[in-house]
Amino acid sequence: MAGLPADDVLAERLRSGDDDTFALLLDGWSGGMLRVARSFVSTEESAAEVVQETWLAVIEGIERFEGRSSLKTWVYRILTNTAKRRGTREHKVVPMSSVDDSGPTVDPSRFRPAGDPFPGHWWDFPPAWPSPEQGLLSGEVRDRLAKALAELPERQRLVVVLRDVEGRPYDEVCELLGITAANQRVLLHRARAFLRGKLEEYYRERS
Amino acid sequence: MSDLDCREFVELVTSYLEGSMDAQAEQDFVDHLALCDGCERYLDQMRRTSESLAELPGDSIATDARSALLDAFRSRRG
Repeated sequence: MAGLPADDVLAERLRSGDDDTFALLLDGWSGGMLRVARSFVSTEESAAEVVQETWLAVIEGIERFEGRSSLKTWVYRILTNTAKRRGTREHKVVPMSSVDDSGPTVDPSRFRPAGDPFPGHWWDFPPAWPSPEQGLLSGEVRDRLAKALAELPERQRLVVVLRDVEGRPYDEVCELLGITAANQRVLLHRARAFLRGKLEEYYRERS
Repeated sequence: MSDLDCREFVELVTSYLEGSMDAQAEQDFVDHLALCDGCERYLDQMRRTSESLAELPGDSIATDARSALLDAFRSRRG
């Protein structure tokens, strides 16, 4: 969210009971937090409770924020820990360590086979996409993307939501999910490739 | 020109965007990119996909939950 004061200022205002500042963070961050929580737990209600529990922990624990990470990182750490605990209780465990994500991310039939003069090269280039009007996505594209996100395997969804939707840095995502940088890269790549494919389908239908 | 083909290129896009390639692999990637319009387009679409995700609107927190949290804040901190 643009235009927020620096973290130490925010934290000081929260400690001193400035409810405008609290409302600002609540309105700015809760949407993203809900989306992240939703990937850990079984239901929307449960995700909403995780977010609520997280904010209560922030209210109680803001003294413990020491500024060693960003305030948002600190809040997201509470969020993911709360969500993981809740997910475990609901017996919905996201297996972060298994690596079942292998194989090509682009349909192999789109490339020329061995024996061709240009093996491994495109038969046809990916079709061009229209330029977005005034640089903004249409509502339809947004709906498609949101729907495609929901179809992703959980670990891929968590990584791409944290990185691309929420814009969290890669080292924070490694820490929050307890995965290596290499593992994160694989999950992110597979997720983006899948979503790119869905956008390609959409633009192909429309042309 | 390196031996990198398009089928390999598409699997390296995220490593490239993340800046996590070693110098030689990155050179091969960029060499291929310079000569292949299809892969240039693929890279651009992956970048656009990633950027589009940042535009997705978040859900908002329920009104009663919001006011309950504001009350909790005021009574604990006010």
